[in-house]
Amino acid sequence: MSVDVATGNHVATASGHTPMVERLRSVLRPDQVRDGAAEVNLYRRDASNMEGHAAVVCFAESTDDVRSIVAVANEFNVPFVARGSGTGLAGGAVPMGGAIVISTSKMNRILSVDAVNRQAWVEPGVLNLDLSNQIEHLGVHFAPDPSSQQTCSIGGNVANNSGGPHCLADGVTSAHVHAVEVVLPDGSVVVLGGEAPEPPGYDLRGAFVGSEGMLGVATKVCVKLMQNPPGIATMLLDFADVAEGAQLVSDIIADGIVPAAVEMMDQLCLQAVEAFIHAGLPVDQAAALLIEVVGLPAGVDSQVERIRELAAQRHVGTVRVAADDAERALLWKGRKSAFGAIARIKPNYYLHDTVVPRHKLPEVLEQVYEIAARHELLVLNVFHAGDGNLHPLLVYDAREPGVVERVHAAGDEIVRVSVAAGGVLSGEHGIGLEKRDLMPLMFSAVDLAAQADLRRAFDPLMLSNPDKVLPSPAGCGDIHSVPEGAWV
Amino acid sequence: MNLEEAVASFALDVGADDPVTITGLATRGGPVAGCRTVRAPSGVDWVQPTEMTVGCGAGTPVADLDRALAEHGQCVALPDRGTVGGALAVGQSGVRRLAWGPVRDTVLQMRYVSAAGEVVKAGGPTVKNVSGFDLCRLLVGSRGTLGFLAEVILRTRPRPVHEQWYSSQRDPWALLGELYRPTSVLWDGSTSWVLLDGHPDDIAEQATDAALATVDAPPELPPHRWSLPPAELTNLRDEPPGTFVAEIGVGIVHHTRSAPNSPPAPETIDLHRRIRAQFDPAGRLNPGLDVFAGA
Repeated sequence: MSVDVATGNHVATASGHTPMVERLRSVLRPDQVRDGAAEVNLYRRDASNMEGHAAVVCFAESTDDVRSIVAVANEFNVPFVARGSGTGLAGGAVPMGGAIVISTSKMNRILSVDAVNRQAWVEPGVLNLDLSNQIEHLGVHFAPDPSSQQTCSIGGNVANNSGGPHCLADGVTSAHVHAVEVVLPDGSVVVLGGEAPEPPGYDLRGAFVGSEGMLGVATKVCVKLMQNPPGIATMLLDFADVAEGAQLVSDIIADGIVPAAVEMMDQLCLQAVEAFIHAGLPVDQAAALLIEVVGLPAGVDSQVERIRELAAQRHVGTVRVAADDAERALLWKGRKSAFGAIARIKPNYYLHDTVVPRHKLPEVLEQVYEIAARHELLVLNVFHAGDGNLHPLLVYDAREPGVVERVHAAGDEIVRVSVAAGGVLSGEHGIGLEKRDLMPLMFSAVDLAAQADLRRAFDPLMLSNPDKVLPSPAGCGDIHSVPEGAWV
Repeated sequence: MNLEEAVASFALDVGADDPVTITGLATRGGPVAGCRTVRAPSGVDWVQPTEMTVGCGAGTPVADLDRALAEHGQCVALPDRGTVGGALAVGQSGVRRLAWGPVRDTVLQMRYVSAAGEVVKAGGPTVKNVSGFDLCRLLVGSRGTLGFLAEVILRTRPRPVHEQWYSSQRDPWALLGELYRPTSVLWDGSTSWVLLDGHPDDIAEQATDAALATVDAPPELPPHRWSLPPAELTNLRDEPPGTFVAEIGVGIVHHTRSAPNSPPAPETIDLHRRIRAQFDPAGRLNPGLDVFAGA
């Protein structure tokens, strides 16, 4: 017995599958199509705390497979959602309305690498770090490096226009994607963008990157590869005052230096991470900046020296420069394992993602601490300070009565103060379900209608990952509404 | 009139009814013939050096913007001619693209006037932003067929403190592989030119190691613009000398002949048609302009 998603009726067929599943099993191999309750339930959610309902999960192995699945979705008028590794934090891959989940995790081949012209074609299921590791011997890498890079996929990076610490100097995913082969929501296959730098017509590649799976399914991606830097200096600077550290970030940029990365960790975070990895972090200080400058030796040396001078003016405590690759790796491990380390404090966390102008960092951080205190919550801050990308981490124990409500209320306030400070809703996690109904904080009805126009041109039937990103016009004023069919 | 008022006034100029075209300094072909012409607001509104951002009217000459940013030791990655709006609407990069990236990556936020005469905001003011669909990139290179740019917020970059052009008879792909992040590598089939920037000691050492000779300027660029996969530039070895200057690692070829015709796939054409119909159902913005034709 199963549920016919089109009619909502329980349908019993001889095989126990719905007609749509039978159809999917006929256009793919049956073992690529899973509709058992236990398996389908695994795909109700991504790494956010929202969940939906999938009708069936299909494991695509090729562009043709994706095209066949999308054709069946059209035939049965059922929505579909592409899914990479499911590490998204905004509910972007949560299936809505009994959607067909198209897993691209088995499309994981690196198809070609041109190390001379620094381009590679990959399938969307290739994991971010696997790509850089497999081409390291060629002296190149893929620049976007989300904290989840060991597990997140390139397809997911494309859908969310993902960032990472090293996007400060080199830009986020959109700047590293030349072309995308896409199965459009009507089942046709197009290549958006191209290996050539100025393909004729509109930059549909640019429109597709960051569209959170609502304009079609990426089946191949041509990425830009960057030269590995000949010299790297990784510095850890600590401060007795969070604001002094935050101000140094603006000082460095104003001085004409754009480091490869500028990350900040506050005291609670430093303490949690130190207990986890024992890297000799400055646990008695209010905050630390992890700054990396890369390039040729004279440039690196002069920038390190200049950053020391600027830091002294902001009353820096200790300046630690990694002596070797091992120490550098340890410092970065501290930064990238922060989210694991906090499990030592409380069992649950809610990670936020907003951006504010750099010069507002001290002020907004102050507000974040105030908001958390008022809601009696612990907050850790570990974030991309260089581009003003805050990641307040509210830690809690969901078993405490009323705490989840307080976490949501505090998170909502954090988003609002960020936007009020001249910032934006999301720097790299995307809008998904999480912030869909907050979009009117940034955009007018006219602005949102233009985004909906783009969606309609790609997907007139609204089958591709519906109900994400764009608030329904009726719900525009209703900031707190939870999307129908989703459980927060 | 401040920029806010100028944008509102510009929206009234564009209106919502009749066919209309737009022009700036007419360095990229000028307005579409035979219909009413409007001009976007002009002027640098603000510069925030610590944010590395600048806000300006789309009608601002790139030269004016560059002067305003030079005071803060910064610049933008736009080709140095015409207006900001023109550079973005056409979307063609300058010869520093290898290191500075395409012009589309300079735009953080834009306000444009739609075919309905409404002011639409796309993107956001910060250097990092994934809030909603990326209409900014859709508009860059759309040649005024989806909306007329009124006002933009751009990402700036530090002005190069030391920059030097070099030439060499060596293979340009060998230079591309050896040099660390050159700003430009050009090649005319026999001579290579390289632009380096950074710390003067690093530049000098790279130049010595790669046996580069200092030159005053890059070569003159032939008038026509081709866009090829960078791996295909090796095919230019068969072209007569003096007919082209290619941007190695990028794929732009400046050529004495116009670009060969390469029609897009029918599915791509159809998608363009649907987008244009959504944004401008009556076809009143730059009517008749073919977005697939060369500039």
